[in-house]
Amino acid sequence: MIWQLDIILLIIVVICALAAISVKDLLSSAILFGAYSFLLCLVWAEMGAVDVAFTEATVGAGISTAFFIGAIYHTSRRTKD
Amino acid sequence: MDVMDFIISKYNYWMYIIIMMIGFYAMIAKTNLVKKVLGMNIFQTAIILFFVSIASKRGATIPIIQHGHGEAADIIHTAQYMNPLPHVLMLTAIVVMVSTFGVAIALLILIYRRYNTLEEDEILEILRTEDGK
Repeated sequence: MIWQLDIILLIIVVICALAAISVKDLLSSAILFGAYSFLLCLVWAEMGAVDVAFTEATVGAGISTAFFIGAIYHTSRRTKD
Repeated sequence: MDVMDFIISKYNYWMYIIIMMIGFYAMIAKTNLVKKVLGMNIFQTAIILFFVSIASKRGATIPIIQHGHGEAADIIHTAQYMNPLPHVLMLTAIVVMVSTFGVAIALLILIYRRYNTLEEDEILEILRTEDGK
């Protein structure tokens, strides 16, 4: 564990989470959520949980974002908050 | 000073609480249903962050034993390796997270086909007018 890298990554993770839930467009929200998942994957690889990081990179950042974009394609991008 | 040291040295857990509260706020306060599902995902990843933080130690390496198959096997000190049990539990949690996400997205598409909107207040309004008829 390198605590400087850890703190920087965690702060960017919090910023990405706040941006993903507050942005007014669902497609931007999906992309920001992919960035959030990938940064959390970096945090876990840095903490020594390599298998969890691997699964999160493929499944959390990959498949979830693809599902999300598919759902937005089938519904609408509009959101009020 | 002791209190400040105590707070700063546990930064993983403070960040976990902050991320968890962001997800909880999105689940409760946002009216868009996709934003609510996103908040649920953020909540689950925060819990995974908590478990991974439990498993990590300072000055330890990943739990893979070198020279595991030779006849000159080394003595294993558990302080040198991270605890692999929470990692394995969180692998299952990630798989469950993605399957709940897929089911939630499928339900959202069905809701959109039925009501032609994804906002919670508009859906409630449509339900109320349908009840009034």
